[in-house]
Amino acid sequence: MDDYSEKLRKWVLIIVMHLVAVLAWQAWITIGEVEPYIMPAPLDTFATLLEYETYKWGHNTLITAASVYGGFWLAVVVGVVLAVLFSWSRWLNDAFMPLIVSLNMIPKVALGPIFIVWFSYGLGPNILIAFSICFLPILITTTRGLNEVEPELIDLVRTLRASRWQIFTKIQLPGALPFIFSGMKVAVVLAVAGAIVGEFIASEEGLGYLMMQVQVTLDTAGMFMAVLMITAVGVTLYGIVLLLERLLVVRDARME
Amino acid sequence: MNAEPSFISLQGVRKVYRGRKEDFLAVSDVTFDVQAGELVSMVGPSGCGKTTLLKILAGLHSHEEGTVRIGSQADSFDAARDIGMVFQQPLLLKWRRVMENVLLPAEILGLPMAEARARAGHLLEMVGLSGFAQSYPYELSGGMQQRAAIARALVHDPKLILMDEPFGALDALTREKMNLELLRIWGESGKTIVFVTHGIQEAVFLGSRVVVLTAGPARMADNFLVDLPYPRGLDLKTQKAFGDYTRRIYKLLGME
Repeated sequence: MDDYSEKLRKWVLIIVMHLVAVLAWQAWITIGEVEPYIMPAPLDTFATLLEYETYKWGHNTLITAASVYGGFWLAVVVGVVLAVLFSWSRWLNDAFMPLIVSLNMIPKVALGPIFIVWFSYGLGPNILIAFSICFLPILITTTRGLNEVEPELIDLVRTLRASRWQIFTKIQLPGALPFIFSGMKVAVVLAVAGAIVGEFIASEEGLGYLMMQVQVTLDTAGMFMAVLMITAVGVTLYGIVLLLERLLVVRDARME
Repeated sequence: MNAEPSFISLQGVRKVYRGRKEDFLAVSDVTFDVQAGELVSMVGPSGCGKTTLLKILAGLHSHEEGTVRIGSQADSFDAARDIGMVFQQPLLLKWRRVMENVLLPAEILGLPMAEARARAGHLLEMVGLSGFAQSYPYELSGGMQQRAAIARALVHDPKLILMDEPFGALDALTREKMNLELLRIWGESGKTIVFVTHGIQEAVFLGSRVVVLTAGPARMADNFLVDLPYPRGLDLKTQKAFGDYTRRIYKLLGME
């Protein structure tokens, strides 16, 4: 019961603080008489939601969400699979890991114009930009997790003649799960940034593209709303990751 | 004198770790026999090679010289199925409940799971954890986790239990309690146990035989039977005979 009321108190506080922030924002604009093209009021910002013909919120948000989710989940799959391969083969690891780390030094955002040349405009290159920017943290944390097994535990199962596959499925992979999730949490933020930058330069739809469009007319209210929608896309994905972690990882093993 | 062949026989065992600059003598002059059902304490300071010797017995390390034989024609020994190991750390898998942790060896060996589950239930009862089968390791105290590790070492009904300072990480009181528990479990299970410790009192209190190893150079210094009757209680430690045995070891280790 106490646990429940504690949780309730926390949630009420979270909601109240967000409302207070929005109210303070509105008060500042109203009382301070700030020019709307510098800083729109929250009410004006939310009002843009009603002008569907101008902004096409639903469509643009879906496009952005597709780039973010596509790039993110592709990164999860590729990152985990590569980490598993690297943990199976010392040679693969030694040969490719340094190369991947070097490649990661390239500012992925700078690849945008090149991706346009290679893949033209659209969703594909944006997914790739989001993917390329967020897959390394997943690869690195997963690799670490797979190698983070107590040597004595390996001794114990070796006396039982455990096969490599048994060691992998029973010990390494479940042991790496908390690490994979901590990499995924970092990757969510990066995937959103990657997808938006992609839309700034290499897209004709999506929230990033929309921002560039309305910027021309100094429509700050529209830009603010777009930022809020982008944030919502990221928060939703983060929530999904947290939920999966809660389902798959025992409380004690979670990395906060 | 004894017509029955011993269960374990070590003859002139020697192992050297090859270093880049210098070789390191890990164990030497190890010669002793263990009868089935004995509890042998191997005692000595750090660097005396007691853990190395345990790993040689477990088949995890090779040795340069001498012979190691476990089992006999009358008492067969299958290296994969007949070893149970307990380490200083419980090494329970955090994401598995206690019952599933205890079942790990049975899973790896591919034993019939219904039987193994029933056996694990009995073992958890024997180590005093019957109410905790569905708990996660983090919900257990250090001593309880180590009891679970002992149950895990017994679940595939091995003939030989190898223990590497299993109570070394516990507080003094819990350690004494666990010593009594171990004697009871040993009595009930009838297993042959090799128990590595640096605790001289612990070695004499538990062992039906004590093997003393010294460091610098690492060699076996003594091997004797402890002629104190079981069941043993803590009052044993105040008896003169107990003091005589411990003094004998202190002397060998140059501490008197």
